[in-house]
Amino acid sequence: MSDLLFPLSTLAATAPDIPAARLSALPPATRLVFRGREAAIGPAGIAFGAELPRQACRFKRSGDRLAAWLGPDEWLLLAEDADPAALIAEIEPAVFGLPHALADVSSRSLGIALEGPRAAYVLNQGCPLDLSETAFPVGMVTRTVFAKAEIVLLREAPERFRLDVWRSFAPYVWGLLEEARRELA
Amino acid sequence: MLIITCPWCGERPEIEFVYGGEAHIARPTDPSALSDQEWADFLYNRTNPKGTHAERWRHTHGCGRFFNAVRDTVSDFFVATYKPGEPRPDLSQDDAK
Ligand SMILES: [Zn+2]
Repeated sequence: MSDLLFPLSTLAATAPDIPAARLSALPPATRLVFRGREAAIGPAGIAFGAELPRQACRFKRSGDRLAAWLGPDEWLLLAEDADPAALIAEIEPAVFGLPHALADVSSRSLGIALEGPRAAYVLNQGCPLDLSETAFPVGMVTRTVFAKAEIVLLREAPERFRLDVWRSFAPYVWGLLEEARRELA
Repeated sequence: MLIITCPWCGERPEIEFVYGGEAHIARPTDPSALSDQEWADFLYNRTNPKGTHAERWRHTHGCGRFFNAVRDTVSDFFVATYKPGEPRPDLSQDDAK
């Protein structure tokens, strides 16, 4: 794919393989932002295929569907293999008449995966959060900052993180992650 | 780095937050009934205390929500944080500085 459509393709193709902290660009995915009041939250999760977690900063996964808590009335819905319009058409009838907002933000951000025994160490070069497994366990998600960029950070496994980065910031975040892990080569 | 406790997300670094001015300032229900001085007080004049101050913060790079905090303006110590709509906590007995 061209760099215009996928700004990380050249960077990802030339990235060195560093097993301590592997960096990879994730394939395009459908992303929706759901915001809604109490009555709409449950039905939206059922229609989406993954329950919308009520606990702060947690995500729930079911198959290829992932629902991530971003705020008390705000969730990021990720689906790797779905058409945005079709997914919206599946969810909207379930919350018809209930106060809510459902927006397609698929093109807004790109996914980056960072995996390996030193993944947390590399992330901490730009992100000030405590990434120990007690403070940031598997299944946790949050919006936060990496250097000067806002990111959504998910811990999918003890040594695997997923970053959702705004498209125009993606090469910047990638470059800093690359620089941070170079010492581990 | 200064740690601020978001009422939803817990302890987070200061750089995720944005300051939002003094808290608990209600918009007058009938602005046209106010004198110019009263309206100016609502718009511009703040208590600016030396000591504990109730103020609004927003967890911009987190859950995105506004909340209130009581902070000591001398030491920059956050005495308490609480959700919007909740009353200012009574800290008169609290020696925390
Ligand atoms: Zn928060």
